[in-house]
Amino acid sequence: MRAKQWEQEGLTREEYDLILEILGREPNQTELGIFGVMWSEHCSYKNSKPVLKKLPTKGERILQGPGENAGIIDIGDQQALSFKVESHNHPSAIEPYQGAATGVGGIIRDIFTMGARPIATLNSLRFGELDHPQVRYLFKEVVAGIAGYGNCIGIPTVAGEVYFSDSYRGNPLVNAMSVGLMKHEDIATGTASGVGNSVMVVGATTGRDGIQGASFASDQLSEESVADRPAVQVGDPFMEKLLLEASLELIKSGTLVGIQDMGAAGLISSSSEMASRGRSGIEIDVALVPKREEGMTPYEVLLSESQERMLVVPKKGQEEQVAKIFNKWGLKAAVIGKVTADQILRVYEQGELVAEVPVSALTDQAPVYQRPQQKPAYLEQVQSFSPAGLKEPTDLSSVLMELIGSPNIASKEWVYQQYDHMILTNTVVLPGSDAAVLRIKGTKKGIAVTIDGNGRYCYLDPELGAAIAVAEAARNIVCSGGKPLAITDGLNFGNPLNPENFWQFDRCVEGISRACQALETPVTGGNVSFYNESPAGAIYPTPIIGMVGLLEDIKQATTHYFKTEGDLICLLGATRDELGGSEYLQVVYGLEQGRVPELDLALEQRVQGACLAAIKLGMIKSAHDCSEGGLAVCLAESCFEREFGVQIEAQTKLSAVAWLFSESTSRIVISIEPKDLARLTEVISTYDLPYQIIGKVISRPRFQINNWIDCDLKEMKNKWQQSISARMEN
Amino acid sequence: MKFATITFPGSNCDQDVYFVTSNILKQPSAMLWHDEQFDLASYDCVILPGGFSYGDYLRSGAIARFAPIMERVIEYANNGGLVMGICNGFQILLEAGLLPGAMKVNQNLKFVCRYSKLAVVNNQTPFTNCCKAGELLSIPVAHGEGNYYIDRPGLELLQANNQVVLRYRDQQENPNGSVDNIAGICNQAGNVFGMMPHPERCAEAILGNNGTDGLKIFYSLLNYQQKESGAR
Amino acid sequence: MQFVVRIEIKLKESILDPQGQAVRGGLTSLGYKNVVDVHVGKYLELLIEGSKEQDEVERQVEEMCQRLLANPVIEDYSFQVESAGGIG
Repeated sequence: MRAKQWEQEGLTREEYDLILEILGREPNQTELGIFGVMWSEHCSYKNSKPVLKKLPTKGERILQGPGENAGIIDIGDQQALSFKVESHNHPSAIEPYQGAATGVGGIIRDIFTMGARPIATLNSLRFGELDHPQVRYLFKEVVAGIAGYGNCIGIPTVAGEVYFSDSYRGNPLVNAMSVGLMKHEDIATGTASGVGNSVMVVGATTGRDGIQGASFASDQLSEESVADRPAVQVGDPFMEKLLLEASLELIKSGTLVGIQDMGAAGLISSSSEMASRGRSGIEIDVALVPKREEGMTPYEVLLSESQERMLVVPKKGQEEQVAKIFNKWGLKAAVIGKVTADQILRVYEQGELVAEVPVSALTDQAPVYQRPQQKPAYLEQVQSFSPAGLKEPTDLSSVLMELIGSPNIASKEWVYQQYDHMILTNTVVLPGSDAAVLRIKGTKKGIAVTIDGNGRYCYLDPELGAAIAVAEAARNIVCSGGKPLAITDGLNFGNPLNPENFWQFDRCVEGISRACQALETPVTGGNVSFYNESPAGAIYPTPIIGMVGLLEDIKQATTHYFKTEGDLICLLGATRDELGGSEYLQVVYGLEQGRVPELDLALEQRVQGACLAAIKLGMIKSAHDCSEGGLAVCLAESCFEREFGVQIEAQTKLSAVAWLFSESTSRIVISIEPKDLARLTEVISTYDLPYQIIGKVISRPRFQINNWIDCDLKEMKNKWQQSISARMEN
Repeated sequence: MKFATITFPGSNCDQDVYFVTSNILKQPSAMLWHDEQFDLASYDCVILPGGFSYGDYLRSGAIARFAPIMERVIEYANNGGLVMGICNGFQILLEAGLLPGAMKVNQNLKFVCRYSKLAVVNNQTPFTNCCKAGELLSIPVAHGEGNYYIDRPGLELLQANNQVVLRYRDQQENPNGSVDNIAGICNQAGNVFGMMPHPERCAEAILGNNGTDGLKIFYSLLNYQQKESGAR
Repeated sequence: MQFVVRIEIKLKESILDPQGQAVRGGLTSLGYKNVVDVHVGKYLELLIEGSKEQDEVERQVEEMCQRLLANPVIEDYSFQVESAGGIG
């Protein structure tokens, strides 16, 4: 009889035996449910922990590394940034609007729980190809959900990325990142300490929504998943706006010991985590939790993932003060229990004990697994492919037109115009550039933020692909005038029990680790999402890198587009014959094969160093990272904003196709005034890197490269701008 | 010039407006909480900011219109005080009956955030006197329900009284499908003004498109105030 | 005495309803070509308590619709009041 029960809670026989050993008795049903959710991958990281240890998490700017609701870095002047990325993939697959909306709500809560005021959100999205009606539906609803939540709560959605590939058709990816600004003195933590202190739940009431959401996230999607709709929570951004203001007021009031977001696995997870950090125990009575439904069992109250709630431990005697602050904002605050000394979590229902579990059993003692790994069989075949044997197209102008019309490269205006990206009046560089730049009011400073990933590269070479994602994120920050500081990683993979998937996971983390060490951008925290599979198989391994950078002077904010006729166009870095894994191969031949571009991290650093130095000297008119679609696409994107043309004379031993469309790493296209050429070459020479003046900006809207390409720029821009909206608004 | 910006639960552009009146215009500025009946007589201009008051549940502006402070705002407006509603603030003014017409959901059913080109139709108002007639302003919009509607007789009345203050330049620039491309209107007396675009978002050159067209709206208020006090 | 009140609110007939048009487009593309018009509206359900008479409740709901629930400039409303029992 028991066997069925532990399986229902997602536990294995071995894990059940471990529970018997820890408790010294059989768990009751509530306790079994608690273990089931707390030992899920989503809460315990039981499969990923040993691998995540590889990531560099130390640095002189790190004030809070992984382990809290979000990481924190120092940005000088007694100010700090808190930021983190989180996935909401499965909820978004089942109910895209609410799934995406609550994903945004959850990550915003993580940030203000730390004491920071959220100032920006970003997102990274993956869908199947847009010619499927179901994909269009998911895409439309996910974007609307992100917009609905972010716009209403009043935090700008300033940057993001969207890619379309068949690999994500049955299992889209929705990763949201939030960035908050705070003073050092306002840093709050999720700690429950001080024996006898009250434990309070504040914010929204508790209902049956989202029960077992964490376990749901730790399972594969199937046909039946659609029937799991009740597991999806409904977000209330208006409530969260009030919760945000009340929480920040509370943190500043000095009445707090600790505060913790109630996200995945709700009350049970937040209370055990707070107790664990405080090396204390907690006892709560579920009857005292304000509810929106009648007849909820203790199990349901503990596991509910109702949104917009927080768990708070006030200092002694401050309960009324807490309630007063929340009441001002029209929110409830209720004492539901107290902190104890014995490191045991006790749950009562109207005074009757219904669960009793050592805190450490739910946190530190949760099982950890070294999962078997195996290099996937497909790799040798895809990597051995060489584009050299392909018949090259003759009309390169039409190839370029096709590329800029590919939804992966085309303008994402259709998406970001639905997001309020200007509210709070800090957005200096709007969406569409390499990174968004925000000013910090009251200072000279600014920050640059970006989010990047390349699932196709990681499929073809997980370690290199992941390292390239970090390098590209850093390059985007640098192109915007910022110095890269730190990252948060969103790791999206298939079922970890499949050794091939786990090998991909391990290699990707290795790649991130290597690149972060070289570029001195430590990891402050992040999120692991496994079980991203559909009946068609696992998604491409897709690590997402969210990066923040600092501009000492906001005046150095730089955009990607050409500004003046006659400016010289210079390529920093070198182009190699590297068409493997390129958008060109995908668009022209429908191939996702080959070797991904090499990455020399030392060269990458020098390219970024030279670009940033030149920006600081004030000679860079525009800077744009050269990546998907290659140099031709990079140049086209630089032309569109102000509708300039270019005249490019490429001097190269490479074939036209290789020069135009290779996606060699460590390249930046910049434009300068001709008078600054000597100064620029001086800067470049101190960094020792290859560079080339490749042409100039012209006023005529004509896009010309050697005798290879000659296109009407307005026609190009039209295609680029309309591509996604034409597919969505038919 | 003394400014008061009103915060309803769910207002989220209140700080942005306050930042402009206090830090850019450097004028005495206050933020007033919705649930108190403050005496507004000592202020020279009351601004209802953008956002999602009460989550925009039911209809945008419908619930905020009954906040305690709105009684005072209505009284203040009826006494000739300057009232400006931006975005959600405009919606609240419509719901409160201080301005005629109503808002519908955007024509394409989507929230839209982008710069839009506006033509100044009436520059003889306290809110636009620093603009030239017909001048084009570039000011961002950010809304999901900005599709202004008024019936034909109502529209003819607006036009006859010069109450249409701002229009989107043309149909292409109109982000929401509003009647007559209307972006901003005033009441018959000219002291109450509502506009969907956000002037507070382009009052500094550093933001977005290097433009400061939003500042012209705020400067108009200062200019009007100066002339008024000079005339007294 | 308790009354259940069911209120329907929709845009006036004369006013273009973008949501209704979008829904109609969706139905047409699914093959339901005989759908000639769609109106999207709101539905509210109120539970009203007290010892009031039904026509008193109706007067009250009428007032609620006028003052808050509907915007008479663009919306029409209709409602039904039904006794839900209780001790009268």
